[in-house]
Amino acid sequence: MNLLEQVAAWFADPAHWAGPEGVPARLGEHLYYSALTLGLAAAVAVPLGLYVGHTGRGRVAAIAAAGALRALPTLGLLTLFVILLGIGLMPPVYALVILTIPPLLAGTYAGIAAVDRQLVDAARGLGMTEWQILTKVELPNALPVLLGGIRAAVLQVIATVAVVAYINLGGLGRFLIDGLAVRDPVRLVAGAILIAVLALAVDGLLALVQRFALPPGLKTSRSGRDREAIEAGPLAPAG
Amino acid sequence: MQWFLDNVPFVAELAWLHLYQSVLPLLLGLAVSLPLGWLAWRVRPVRGVVLSVSSVLYTIPSLALFVILPVVLGTQILDTANLIVALTLYAVALLVRSVVDALNSIDDGVRQSAQALGYRPLRRFLTVELPLALPVLFAGLRVVSVSNISLASVGAVIGIRNLGVLFTDGLVRSFLAEILVGIIMTLVLALVMDAVLVLTERLLTPWLRHNRGRQAVRPFRARPVRPDAAEAAVLP
Amino acid sequence: MTESPPVSAATGSAAGGTDSAGPMVRFSNVSKRYGGGHLAVASLDLDIDRGAVTVFVGPSGCGKTTSLRMINRMVEPDTGTVLVDGTDVSRRPAAALRRTMGYVMQSGGLLPHRTVLDNIATVPRLNGVPKAQARRRAQELLDVVGLDQELGRRYPAQLSGGQQQRVGVARALAADPPILLMDEPFSAVDPVVRAELQQELLRLQRQLAKTIVFVTHDIDEAMVLGDKVAVFASGGRLAQYAPPAEILRAPVDDFVAAFVGRDRGFRALGFESADGLQLEPAVTVRAGEPAGGAGWRLLVDDDGRPAGWLPPGARDRRGMVTGGSLFVLGSSLRLALDSALSSPSGKGVAVDAAGTVAGLVDAEAVLRLIDAGRTG
Repeated sequence: MNLLEQVAAWFADPAHWAGPEGVPARLGEHLYYSALTLGLAAAVAVPLGLYVGHTGRGRVAAIAAAGALRALPTLGLLTLFVILLGIGLMPPVYALVILTIPPLLAGTYAGIAAVDRQLVDAARGLGMTEWQILTKVELPNALPVLLGGIRAAVLQVIATVAVVAYINLGGLGRFLIDGLAVRDPVRLVAGAILIAVLALAVDGLLALVQRFALPPGLKTSRSGRDREAIEAGPLAPAG
Repeated sequence: MQWFLDNVPFVAELAWLHLYQSVLPLLLGLAVSLPLGWLAWRVRPVRGVVLSVSSVLYTIPSLALFVILPVVLGTQILDTANLIVALTLYAVALLVRSVVDALNSIDDGVRQSAQALGYRPLRRFLTVELPLALPVLFAGLRVVSVSNISLASVGAVIGIRNLGVLFTDGLVRSFLAEILVGIIMTLVLALVMDAVLVLTERLLTPWLRHNRGRQAVRPFRARPVRPDAAEAAVLP
Repeated sequence: MTESPPVSAATGSAAGGTDSAGPMVRFSNVSKRYGGGHLAVASLDLDIDRGAVTVFVGPSGCGKTTSLRMINRMVEPDTGTVLVDGTDVSRRPAAALRRTMGYVMQSGGLLPHRTVLDNIATVPRLNGVPKAQARRRAQELLDVVGLDQELGRRYPAQLSGGQQQRVGVARALAADPPILLMDEPFSAVDPVVRAELQQELLRLQRQLAKTIVFVTHDIDEAMVLGDKVAVFASGGRLAQYAPPAEILRAPVDDFVAAFVGRDRGFRALGFESADGLQLEPAVTVRAGEPAGGAGWRLLVDDDGRPAGWLPPGARDRRGMVTGGSLFVLGSSLRLALDSALSSPSGKGVAVDAAGTVAGLVDAEAVLRLIDAGRTG
């Protein structure tokens, strides 16, 4: 039996779909870590991105910080936090949060900054408060770019969560890392396929959300080229 | 610090491997992306396929790709080639888009003027469009450079030797200094590569250097749209 | 700003018949339809004279640019043929064909990554001329278009709009092509610079005698530059093709009349000779001499050139008023009338080529001359 057939057989085996080490449980863990990371990162990055985008203050600093954070090695940060804070759920999650802030911040900021300044001037001229300008004008118009940034960040989180199995946490990366440890190529490849499929599925789902969440005016006025750009997805490879 | 001083040859060797594993995919990716991007830009159906495939490629997490590639390529799981191919694929996926965007960013007036002067397509690409595409292209190269350097260390999880080894080894030994050295060395590599790219770009685009500070004159972009742009259809 | 002297019709007639090779460019039954069914050019028949400036003018979307671009195959016609020098352009390789024609476009279309000198040298380089030689030629051309040698080392973004257009013209001239195609080359520069560039082009054309095809949507520009003007109407129809004076005098239909504008009668005077105009003797006062006499007196300098008017009652140059255009002997009736209408005294000042006062122009006299021309 060749490797692919063995992998297919692995997937067909009901034993791999039950219990705390089965696929559904690992998938649940994977999604839980991802959601936790995203929630914490968004709580920091989105308000900051909105503030920088709206006021233009700290723009240079924000871009430089986001760029520097991007260069941080995923594995290095994960191991660092484990060494510093010990084993458990939160140390790797903190590391993931730090890695997730740059794409979220950049996406939020870029979205707001891409809104036509004339539009903002016009809104100010109409007598809107700054808060109204942000929520009623900038945010809806920033949505296409903003959602693109969020999509990139989500994919990065899903990819990085696969690595946390290396530091003794669950998630789909478990299959891969265990397969590697016990030299079981079938489990290794099955794990890789699960991670890839999850990423592609989430990406497809977010693409749909992106399409339907757009305000109708933006949907119709987009030219083909813009649409291509919006649907293109993430701007950097997932971790 | 003491650990670093004691292990300079070891760290240097890993850094060298790391650099090689990140830079080679960058160059290979560029070599593939230029013709592919040009083709995708010229031929609409090709563009659709290329951009879709590259966005799917992007979506696949690196750890998964490192493991799936040996199955596809028939290589050993520990083979550095897997990492090189994976990072090259990511580089192509990003740079192809950069090339298309860069070619799109060129002012249509300039392109038409080159056509009217009697350039044939290949020469026009090499001597007019490519130089003008450099700023956007280099922006893409810088992103690829940073992400390659950051991703390469994940390869250590599947046993590939590079700076990532300092993380896996440091974790096993619970040794903080080793991990810190790994992080710092990775950042240094990323910074150096970025500086090299920025310098190269400046050398290759002297015309941009000259009009910094003379932003008042923006001849090619901010002009009123031609009155009969609609009738100005151009043959490829 | 002074009015340009009308271009002599002689350049136009040079092409008429004396040259056995016939027209430089011939459109015969040329049509072009773009996707969506919009007709850009409708069965165009047009001959472009050798060594003359032919202007295509018309509103947006009238097919003037499309027609121009069919000459160098930037656009291919759906039907019909375009002949250049008797040869069907579709039978020549496009890139080679384009190198035999200068092309100037709006905002110059300069290559932003090349210095001014290298921009000008582009076509010679494409034709395989060695770099040093192409650059020498480019250097000469800087002079020809009135640019400082110093500018050769700059990049296009470091030039003003007017300078860029001059470089565009120099680049088009670099391979010494017999034909220049100019696609709204001056429409992105301000009016003062535009007028300057128009005059430069006319000056160059007097030296070089190229066949120039010039596209513009500005009827005034067409009238200033064209030996012949082709007025295009929407839908790609050629409405009228004639020398500018004739278009002003006798527009063929309402469209052309409306396009030319309401003051076409006045503008047509720009093409009428003022040779038969009777001048009145001028009462002049030399600067420094006591200003005797009553009424309006013209103050002149030692060389007899006009300095200003002394209104009735004014004793010396402290009371002088200036203003009013000068009528140079030999120029058009339009300038004669303008000098009279714009003068503070009501009489225009006529000067000879040297600038010395030759007499005064009375508006009534101009009008009588126009009347005489109409009845005669």
